[in-house]
Amino acid sequence: MTASENQVPGPVIELRGIDKSFGPVQVLHGVDFEAHVGEVTALVGDNGAGKSTLVKCIGGIHPIDAGDYLFEGRPVHVGGPRDAADLGVEIVYQDLALADNLDIVQNMFLGREKKSGIVLDEYTMEELAAETLAGLSVRTVKSVRQQVSSLSGGQRQTVAIAKAVLWNSKVVILDEPTAALGVAQTQQVLELVRRLADKGLAVVLISHNMNDVFAVSDRIAALYLGRMAAQVKTRDVTHAQVVELITAGRSGDLGLQQANGNGAKA
Amino acid sequence: MSAVITKRPAEEGTESPVREMVGGYLARVRGGDMGALPAVSALVALCLFFWVAQPVFMSTSNLANLFTQGAAGIVIAMGLVFVLLLGEIDLSAGFTSGVCAAILAVTLTQQGWPWYAAVGAALLTGALIGTLLGTIVVKIGIPSFVVTLAAFLALQGVALKIMDNGTNVSVNDKTIVAIANDNVPITLGWVIFVVGILGFAAVQFKQFSTRRRRGLTGQSLAGLVVKIAALAAVCGFVVYVLSMERSRNPAFASLKGMPIVVPLILVLLVVFTFVLNRTSFGRHIYAVGGNQEAARRAGINVDRIKITAFVLCSAMAAIGGIIAASRANSVDPNTGGSDVLLKAVGAAVIGGTSLFGGRGRMLDAILGGLVIAVIDNGMGLMGYSAGTKFIVTGLVLLLAAGVDALSRRRSLTTR
Ligand SMILES: Nc1ncnc2c1ncn2[C@@H]1O[C@H](COP(=O)(O)OP(=O)(O)O)[C@@H](O)[C@H]1O
Ligand SMILES: [Mg+2]
Repeated sequence: MTASENQVPGPVIELRGIDKSFGPVQVLHGVDFEAHVGEVTALVGDNGAGKSTLVKCIGGIHPIDAGDYLFEGRPVHVGGPRDAADLGVEIVYQDLALADNLDIVQNMFLGREKKSGIVLDEYTMEELAAETLAGLSVRTVKSVRQQVSSLSGGQRQTVAIAKAVLWNSKVVILDEPTAALGVAQTQQVLELVRRLADKGLAVVLISHNMNDVFAVSDRIAALYLGRMAAQVKTRDVTHAQVVELITAGRSGDLGLQQANGNGAKA
Repeated sequence: MSAVITKRPAEEGTESPVREMVGGYLARVRGGDMGALPAVSALVALCLFFWVAQPVFMSTSNLANLFTQGAAGIVIAMGLVFVLLLGEIDLSAGFTSGVCAAILAVTLTQQGWPWYAAVGAALLTGALIGTLLGTIVVKIGIPSFVVTLAAFLALQGVALKIMDNGTNVSVNDKTIVAIANDNVPITLGWVIFVVGILGFAAVQFKQFSTRRRRGLTGQSLAGLVVKIAALAAVCGFVVYVLSMERSRNPAFASLKGMPIVVPLILVLLVVFTFVLNRTSFGRHIYAVGGNQEAARRAGINVDRIKITAFVLCSAMAAIGGIIAASRANSVDPNTGGSDVLLKAVGAAVIGGTSLFGGRGRMLDAILGGLVIAVIDNGMGLMGYSAGTKFIVTGLVLLLAAGVDALSRRRSLTTR
């Protein structure tokens, strides 16, 4: 099911030994993480394991305390959301981050509006937004001039994802995109996720749902109490092993051996 | 559920323009945006009511009065819209206008500065106050309610100090006095009207044709024509009434034409509506008011947006102060005091600007300001006391805030 079988690219994003604390509380301990072009990497872990924090570090929302951030093999400094966006890293946050009072087009271009002179170029933005949604085969949105406040949960998620791919991004990270959705909407979003990877993006999917993870992912990275327990190929592991990695940090030879340091990559 | 995202021609087949406008409006109401309709209906209803109750209400002199009475408050309210859009408030805008008016009067009358220098000093004072307020709110993180409440007290004191503990300073400069007391020549008034309507129509038609050319959906041509015709009719009527002779003794001193404050407010309306709707700065103001965290994650410099909004608000308060000084021919320590701020906030809210941030327009301040001015003026003509007027205005404000809160709750529950 992967598009990457016959290519051997290095990871597009690679993190090494990331530490992150909030005041006295250390949330991430020497985390390694990588994401590859054309693949869906599932980032799993229990509540509070640090998944969202890791993603916010990648997105430049939180500065990292220690560790290396490599993009396409080069070390980079990501000091804010703009830096991440400039690299081509887009994040769909768990709490969506859409402005309810703006319409779909306005949200998709927020902070990066197209202009002619000092005047907003509404026409171009509207065309590009409609094209992007159409390119993702989104059919559930009536008008791109609808206010986001009038959209359903699935539609909002769709808009947030479309916003992320609008920018010819290379990496799209989705933080629990299906958590609040019904069965049919979840299915739509998962199909969208797979399509993004097949288009050649590196996709990181945070999810709690093992069925979702095994349905779309190529690799699984399991966080346990702020440490990376293991990063494995999805086809090399079973549901049960992943659940063990999430709940205990280890499963047989996989995972953290002494609840310290990072697990070896399989 | 069908593939409606695909492009389709701008015109919606045979749908009637009225049906289309009603449908579009209802959709916006469901999203929590009542638009200008409540304020416009209230304004029309109030005008008709007072016209019937006291025919003198619609007389040319009273209408002119209405505009000059309301002008200072309207301009202050327009500035407040920026701050309210962010979900913040500026309780000190009234006394900011007072302090700036005091600076104007002192530099004009006591220092003998030319009018433009005095106006510049007043505007600069406003901008400085706004910078200070915005910076404290943003960098220290004190809620704007508290910061501007403190400034409300402190600026009252500053005004007293500037005016030697309370002496009244007169304003005699011809140019300044003209702002709120003179009228635009009749022909110029009509030229402004024609240019304004044609300009509005041109912008609208250009948008319409560009949308159609690029295959984007939008308002129908008929709907557009109805909108422009309605605007032309209302504005034409006002200009016509204001162009009538209203002097008791025209042979002695003729008095006709629209007050200078009318085109002044129109220019401010056009400029700031452009800023809010057509520039990324304006877009970011709405975004910060709608979801500050989303704006921050979109890479918007939220602090800069907030400070700029406070600066604009206080600078507009300065213009309001100049108009008040002009109208009264003088400035005293109570200029910008008493109910000025409350009425300005009320104007914005009655016009439809949300106190919760993210929703509102420049036009709201004018519509709401006119509602308040009409109540004030009409009830005065009917002989009601100041007490009754305050109570009625208070109730109208409560009603508007209630509509705001309910439509917001609605939009939160219609997910
Ligand atoms: N801004 C913050 N300040 C302080 N603690 C935080 C902050 N964000 C997250 N945390 C803490 O970090 C831990 C990991 O949170 P999070 O990354 O949201 O976990 P997950 O997304 O895996 O459920 C939690 O204990 C949480 O309380
Ligand atoms: Mg999370």
